[in-house]
Amino acid sequence: MSERDPELTNVAPGEPHDSLMSETISYVVGLGLALLLTGVSFWVASTSALWGPGVAVGLVVLAIAQMGVHLVFFLHITSGPDNANNVLALAFGVLIVFVVMIGTIWIMAHLAANMGPTPEMTNLMTQRG
Amino acid sequence: MTTEVAAVGLTHGASEDTGLGNRGPQSKGIVVPFGFWLFVLSDMVLFSALFATYASLVHATDGGPVTNQLFDRTNVAIETLALLISSFICGLAIIAAKRNNLLWTEIWLLFTGLFGFVFLVIELTEFVGMVHIGAGPQRSAFLSSFFTLVGCHGAHVTAGLLWIGTMMAQVWAKGFQPHIIRRLLCLSIFWHALDIIWVAIFTIVYLIGTLP
Repeated sequence: MSERDPELTNVAPGEPHDSLMSETISYVVGLGLALLLTGVSFWVASTSALWGPGVAVGLVVLAIAQMGVHLVFFLHITSGPDNANNVLALAFGVLIVFVVMIGTIWIMAHLAANMGPTPEMTNLMTQRG
Repeated sequence: MTTEVAAVGLTHGASEDTGLGNRGPQSKGIVVPFGFWLFVLSDMVLFSALFATYASLVHATDGGPVTNQLFDRTNVAIETLALLISSFICGLAIIAAKRNNLLWTEIWLLFTGLFGFVFLVIELTEFVGMVHIGAGPQRSAFLSSFFTLVGCHGAHVTAGLLWIGTMMAQVWAKGFQPHIIRRLLCLSIFWHALDIIWVAIFTIVYLIGTLP
């Protein structure tokens, strides 16, 4: 086992690990994709050519795509075997983030509807009966 | 017999490297940035709570100004560009640092900080303007959650700027020792993560907030 075996080694997050050229190209490609996605986001938000109610969902999808670009090209979180620990930590973080955000929004959006009847309402019902 | 047992993974020869447990912990150069990565992820969990709070309270304006009246997309576009370019240049600084190039590391770190500073100045100008027209954090629940969320990101950027200045001084004074390189790498993780959080902020707060 004289050569570096990717199965048995790890890399740190954020650490570029290639030649000068390919490292720089990785950042340039990342910058280009991020600029593209940002531009599309601002265009989608400004144009009237798209179906209004779908725009917000589209913006969220574009944002998630751009986060992916940042993770891969700037933070070098890849699917390689030397990156398993970083990816697993990220996966757990994403899970908690989604549970907190979607859980909160879900509960708070239904809070009013799921509350019991107010005293006034109860009073009206007893009067009617 | 030995080969059979080895085949089902019950034992291993002295020369055989079966995995990480056999060789002890990873080097500091791996463990330290990984630990910092865990911190950054927990920071994102913190921000997710602030995002959830904002999403819950964004319509609780108490008759005060609403998102459409407050936010200016041109400002946000400039902020976004400044932070994105800053994040990109931070990557260039790491590339230079890996090659022990003092001059370019310092130059790129300086520009990383400058673009971060541009971002911060625009953000603070926006905050001051909002407070000036009576849209401060005490006006409504929506504005409280807005200033908490965006202000928390701004505070992180401020801390990052101080860290960039510190690292410029340390690289200058101490050179590219292993622990200095580790700190630089942690700084870059922090800075890239702040840009990821900004992507969520400019989308959820500013763009969706200013939809017609």
